[in-house]
Amino acid sequence: MLNNYQLDGPTQVEIFRRMALLKGNDERCRKMVTTGRLVMTYYSYRGQEVIPAAMSVNLTDQDYLCTIYRGIHDMLAKGLPLKDLWAEIAGRVDGTCKGKGGPMHLTYPKKGIMVTTGIVGATLPIANGLAWASQLSKDGRVALATFGDGASNIGAFHEALNLAAVWKLPVIFLCQNNQYGEHTAYAKSTSAKRIADRAIAYGIPGLHVNGNDPFEMYAAARQAVERARAGEGPTLIEAVTFRFHGHVFGDADKYMDKAQKAAAVAADPYPIYRTKLIATGVASEAELAKIEADVEAALDVAVEFALQAAYPGLEELTTDVYGVSA
Amino acid sequence: MSATPVKAKPSEGAAKQMTLLEALNQALHDAFADDPKVVTLGEDVADPEDGGVVGVTKGLSTKFGENRVRTTPIAEQAIIGAAIGVSLAGYKPVAEIMLMNFTTVAMDMIVNHAAKLRYMSGGQTSVPIVIRTMTGAGFSTGGQHSDYFEAWFAHTAGLKVVAPSTPADGYGLLRSAIDDPDPVLFIENMPTYWTPGEPPPKGHRVPIGKARVSSPGTDLTIVTYSGMANTSLAALKDIAAAGISAEVIDLRTVSPWDQETVIASVAKTGRCLVVHEAVVPFGVGAEIAAVVSERLYGKLKAPVVRVGAPFTPVPFSKPLETAFLVNAPRIAEAAIALVKGKH
Repeated sequence: MLNNYQLDGPTQVEIFRRMALLKGNDERCRKMVTTGRLVMTYYSYRGQEVIPAAMSVNLTDQDYLCTIYRGIHDMLAKGLPLKDLWAEIAGRVDGTCKGKGGPMHLTYPKKGIMVTTGIVGATLPIANGLAWASQLSKDGRVALATFGDGASNIGAFHEALNLAAVWKLPVIFLCQNNQYGEHTAYAKSTSAKRIADRAIAYGIPGLHVNGNDPFEMYAAARQAVERARAGEGPTLIEAVTFRFHGHVFGDADKYMDKAQKAAAVAADPYPIYRTKLIATGVASEAELAKIEADVEAALDVAVEFALQAAYPGLEELTTDVYGVSA
Repeated sequence: MSATPVKAKPSEGAAKQMTLLEALNQALHDAFADDPKVVTLGEDVADPEDGGVVGVTKGLSTKFGENRVRTTPIAEQAIIGAAIGVSLAGYKPVAEIMLMNFTTVAMDMIVNHAAKLRYMSGGQTSVPIVIRTMTGAGFSTGGQHSDYFEAWFAHTAGLKVVAPSTPADGYGLLRSAIDDPDPVLFIENMPTYWTPGEPPPKGHRVPIGKARVSSPGTDLTIVTYSGMANTSLAALKDIAAAGISAEVIDLRTVSPWDQETVIASVAKTGRCLVVHEAVVPFGVGAEIAAVVSERLYGKLKAPVVRVGAPFTPVPFSKPLETAFLVNAPRIAEAAIALVKGKH
């Protein structure tokens, strides 16, 4: 059951601002790849912007995030600066990880972005450890693990939910159910009708929400964060959404149901939310257009910065393998 | 169940012998007392569950509480994942994986995450965890409870691998592993737990990456570690009876291994025998043989020889297990053959 929270105007606009940033960034990434200006394996999150936008307004910079290869939206929403992001995905020394992580391993502890993994299911057990640290330190931080629907079929998911429940950890397991695991449709790989129902097996709340509805997503996020901060334990959120550009950007989408995809794209949450904010008088067309223009301008600066930045020196090849013993 | 430390503090009786099991327990007690950021987790590690399957963690939860000493479900990915996460936030976890064979269940966490997060983050994060695990043939535990997999971990950049053979080294290496800024796999040889030895001074540290010459000699160098370091010493009598003087080097750390100590010794003796419990093909012995051969090419009096287990799973039946496991007579035989030119 979702609590009924009133979303004030500024928070509604802030969610939109974050969605605009994420959407604009994804479009720029795809443009850079298709024009050959950037070479990378890119996992587009277009269509999933609502989830991290509505989640992250409930979090602080001190809260922890563990996310996945399709997770740049999670990180930008959590506060990853665009210049650091773009320099990293361009493999430059000014990137978050000096170019050594790339789009699949971005890390930015200043905003609590602790791990980005390319291994399905791996965010959950590590987020548990971060949550254990919060419990030990009594610092009130919560840990957020995001993952896709495919990850709910791997052992790490189940081990992690069980441990989090037994230890009552302040952790949130956020499943972004985009209805495909790589090229395989949900029903062909997942026994449960709803991933949220898997929480029942571990005796924790499982919230099934429309991940494309900012109000519903906000309510689920806030409920889970409040529960974690109160020391009441973990929550599993299943946010149903859709990815518009396949598994890896550039794949031919042949495995996708054409009608299902067309319907999802027609129900793109971004223009729907934009229209709603104007219709309900929360924001004016000019205000929202200004937000979008600011995103484009910031992206211009970040992309230019990244392309001008130097590649790491070859001494970086053998640096950071081990630390320096005290 | 008893909730007291396995044995009195070493400082209370300097001459008293101590077992490896007691030394490791003492090292954990001392590390917990010295640093509130040290925590431990694993199957059965807290006192209500007997303080570990053989008792290495006994007394810790009673003294330091079950917040810092956490019994876990039987879920190795969850154990190592939690250790990684808590370390990213500044804690120093000692995770127990009951048996080395069970590390396989957590390989993603160990190899893809613990070993690589420092590098992939460009040095922004680090994973200062210790993974304690025990293994070793000899107790008829068969194919899934006795293996030595150290070569897999030593082959992974970002990990360190240590394998003590004495109580003092066990204490000193465990303290150093906890201090270390990187993930350390800490291998405990099961049959060695109850072998007594000199007690370590309180706070003793053995540097990671430093070998120890455990017996000096002139005719050949035996390079070994973990339980086989003791078995190699036991072979010295037969080797000496054949008129041969063998130098035994206990590596103590498998990765990074102490090349300088080994090369200096082999440069002196001209012969090198590597002894480990793990199967021979693609093992640690192959790496040592390669480096010794590269660095001392033309100066060796004989090829480098490896002694280890045959390339089979560990068998159950006692005669088969005995045939599988390297013993002192086999080491002596190989050493004598190496010096007398039969290789």
